[in-house]
Amino acid sequence: MKKIAQFGYLAAIFIFLYAPIAALIILSFNESKYMSSWGGFSLKWYESMLNSDLIMSALQNTLYIAIISSVVATIIGTAACMGINHMKKLPRTIVMGLTNVPMLNADIVTGISLMLCFLAFGITLSMQTVILAHITFNIPYVILSVMPRIKQLEPSTFEAAMDLGASRSYAFVKVVLPDIMPGILSGFLLAFTMSLDDFIITHFTKGAGINTISTLVYAELRKGIKPNLYALSTVLFVSVLILLIIMNLPKREKKVKTVNNKENYT
Amino acid sequence: MRKQLAAGPYLIWMIGFTVIPLILIVYYGLTDTTGAFTLNNIMAIAEPQRMAALIRSLQLSLICTVICLFLAYPLAMILKNLSRGGKSGLMIFIFILPMWMNFLLRTMAWQVILSRNGLLNTFLNSIGLPSVNLINTNAAIVFGMVYNYLPFMVLPLYNVLVKISNDTIEAAHDLGASWLQTFFRVILPLSVPGIISGITMVFVPALTTFVISDILGGGLILLIGNVIEQEFTFTANWHLGSGLSLILMIFILFSMFLIAKYDKEGNGTAF
Amino acid sequence: MQEPLIRLQDVSKSFDGDIVLDELNLEIKENEFVTLLGPSGCGKTTTLRIIGGFTKPDAGHVYFDGKDITNLPPNKRQLNTVFQKYALFPHMNIEENIAFGLNIKRKSKEYIRDKVRYALKLVNLDGYETREVTSLSGGQQQRIAIARAIVNEPRVLLLDEPLGALDLKLRQDMQYELIRLKNELGITFIYVTHDQEEALTMSDRIVVMNQGYIQQMGTPENIYNEPENAFVADFIGDSNIIDGLMIEDRLVQICGVKIPCVDSGFGCNKPVDVVIRPEDVELSTDTSKGFLTGRVTSLIFKGVHYEMEVIAGGFEWLVQSTLCYPVDSEVGISVKPENIQIMNKPESADEKAVTPDA
Repeated sequence: MKKIAQFGYLAAIFIFLYAPIAALIILSFNESKYMSSWGGFSLKWYESMLNSDLIMSALQNTLYIAIISSVVATIIGTAACMGINHMKKLPRTIVMGLTNVPMLNADIVTGISLMLCFLAFGITLSMQTVILAHITFNIPYVILSVMPRIKQLEPSTFEAAMDLGASRSYAFVKVVLPDIMPGILSGFLLAFTMSLDDFIITHFTKGAGINTISTLVYAELRKGIKPNLYALSTVLFVSVLILLIIMNLPKREKKVKTVNNKENYT
Repeated sequence: MRKQLAAGPYLIWMIGFTVIPLILIVYYGLTDTTGAFTLNNIMAIAEPQRMAALIRSLQLSLICTVICLFLAYPLAMILKNLSRGGKSGLMIFIFILPMWMNFLLRTMAWQVILSRNGLLNTFLNSIGLPSVNLINTNAAIVFGMVYNYLPFMVLPLYNVLVKISNDTIEAAHDLGASWLQTFFRVILPLSVPGIISGITMVFVPALTTFVISDILGGGLILLIGNVIEQEFTFTANWHLGSGLSLILMIFILFSMFLIAKYDKEGNGTAF
Repeated sequence: MQEPLIRLQDVSKSFDGDIVLDELNLEIKENEFVTLLGPSGCGKTTTLRIIGGFTKPDAGHVYFDGKDITNLPPNKRQLNTVFQKYALFPHMNIEENIAFGLNIKRKSKEYIRDKVRYALKLVNLDGYETREVTSLSGGQQQRIAIARAIVNEPRVLLLDEPLGALDLKLRQDMQYELIRLKNELGITFIYVTHDQEEALTMSDRIVVMNQGYIQQMGTPENIYNEPENAFVADFIGDSNIIDGLMIEDRLVQICGVKIPCVDSGFGCNKPVDVVIRPEDVELSTDTSKGFLTGRVTSLIFKGVHYEMEVIAGGFEWLVQSTLCYPVDSEVGISVKPENIQIMNKPESADEKAVTPDA
């Protein structure tokens, strides 16, 4: 009885979360332009999407911004973690508090403040300003992914490597880096997807005529939905799904291990 | 000493792109175009239309937060129970997956469903029921908010609930507590940090959104986010926009304070 | 014969197809200190959880004071549990933790205050009422967990490896503490542990379990001196377990030598396991004194005694003695007949479960 109620609840939430996405996916194959009628299966909206310069250039911009900003954020963020880890308690608390600011702050405030900053210092809004803004909100995600790994790091492994004759840099590359690599990777992917998904901050910091997927959809939506956006949604959803599955594969293995440990305990 | 320098680039970056911009908002918010100190930009919130927007924002985001809390708590409990069997990983993946879909496209989906000739009405008509008019109403905006921000409530709640050990719950049963007594005396108090994080994680973006109201309110229903956005993108009155943002920041600071007070272990980070 | 307080009848339990308990039968008398002893995975914790009501058996019944409580939830049972990892409520202070059960029962404020004070005194932590759980050491938390259980005046206290997380010295102190508590409270203790020393020190009766079966039940002396099978002998202390042949009543042959013993009733020319405790092996420099002659291959000083390994008759004997015999010295080995324990070799499928370190 309890199980049935639980399952029913999960199913209801599941439908609430996925019905809209399913609707978009189905409509993307609809021959008819009207959502209220099914005009037969068609790939024409995918064709229209591929032929739309607007969508294609927005897609290109989005990927370009996401790649550059997440790579830079990963490098700065990982280095920052090393530094923060060696700080004394007070400076560390202050820096970690500062790290939380962009995460807890409302996007609209972050976006406006960056826009004001660029304009006040005479920097014209452009693609570059968007990238700078994305790096800014991406670094905290990298730090939050890498920091726990660094804290778990066994200092003796680094010392053991040195004891066995490794130089500092060799010990770092061969011993420390592989240990924190999963954190760096998940931080990078998190930053990448955050950048892909961002609208508000991009909206305030982008130059005229530059669009990412988010800002393009926003502009189009104010004019009315074009069905090729359904096609775009489907493509993006499937790509995110694949990306997330790849991202979660190593974690899944770990979970199996902990489950086995639990079984030993009876 | 040398190792701490690795954090140097980050510190410079944060000062340049987080601290200085925030100081600028304060500066613009408290000055007029001549650079003289003034409180007029903040007082401007008293203007009826803006005040109405702020109150509507507070109302809708509160409703959204309450709905999210009541939807998410049972969900997080179920996920916790599944985690005992090691079956929760996939479930959590399924529940946060929609969050990774582009935010605007997710909101667009609700426009598709709720609009006058949308899927909901098509469905209702097909089973002989009259159409409902939801698009461009407060209800539609709340729908969109709950849909977008629900995962922000589920994850912090789940994070605190899985940390409550089974022993603790069994100890309560062992000492004579019924299921309800165990819930109210042990589980609920222990999940307070997650509840606080969840509330702020949902409340802040819901309070400050301008996108959801734009898309699902048809530009007819203004929230405080819309008012501020327009000051920057249409009227280009930075001073006024910054002044109004400062009011929003009061709410944000308050929620940061709550998190710092109740959530010391950082469950608020939903990731 | 007194009716047992707790009776498990044909209790079986399996998890995901692994049988943890198989038709277990167990009776526990009022005011007894019973220890369930066995390696991890032997089913001892599952047995305790079934008595506590946290796990439902797949088959069989649990009787408490003659009533069937198999389907009664834990909060309706007249027994309380002390958990291995304490399971204190982290959001409550010490007083609130101890008062939890009494609050549920809606006892008066005065009653609760007195009870909490009494319980704290009993576990030697007077005046700790307003302390926070996190400010206590592991040993103190364990005492609070005990206090929290006993204020409810349970008729049975279940203890699930309560000392497992403590260090050695503290563990020994707590053993005496628990015996004292048991005597003061006059209630039944059911204690789960994998530590044989703990079991031997505290129990009135020990139930040795392995792979879901009870291997032997008895007093500590009985279990130690007369193990019924090789598993028990091996698990309880160190043992020399030697293949032997029962020639006739009171005569057994090991390592090719016939020696007298006190056991009978095994039949003639029957293969048996012979168990000899290391402290019962007597060495002598006069090789003519023993029934076997061997050579010492290792010598370790253990504090109260020396531990030696002696190769004799093709078997490596473990010997504990207060006398020192240097490595490579020739020694004679002898054992008093009453110190030789004879056991049947495992035959049936059930007894296969006795393989040590499985």
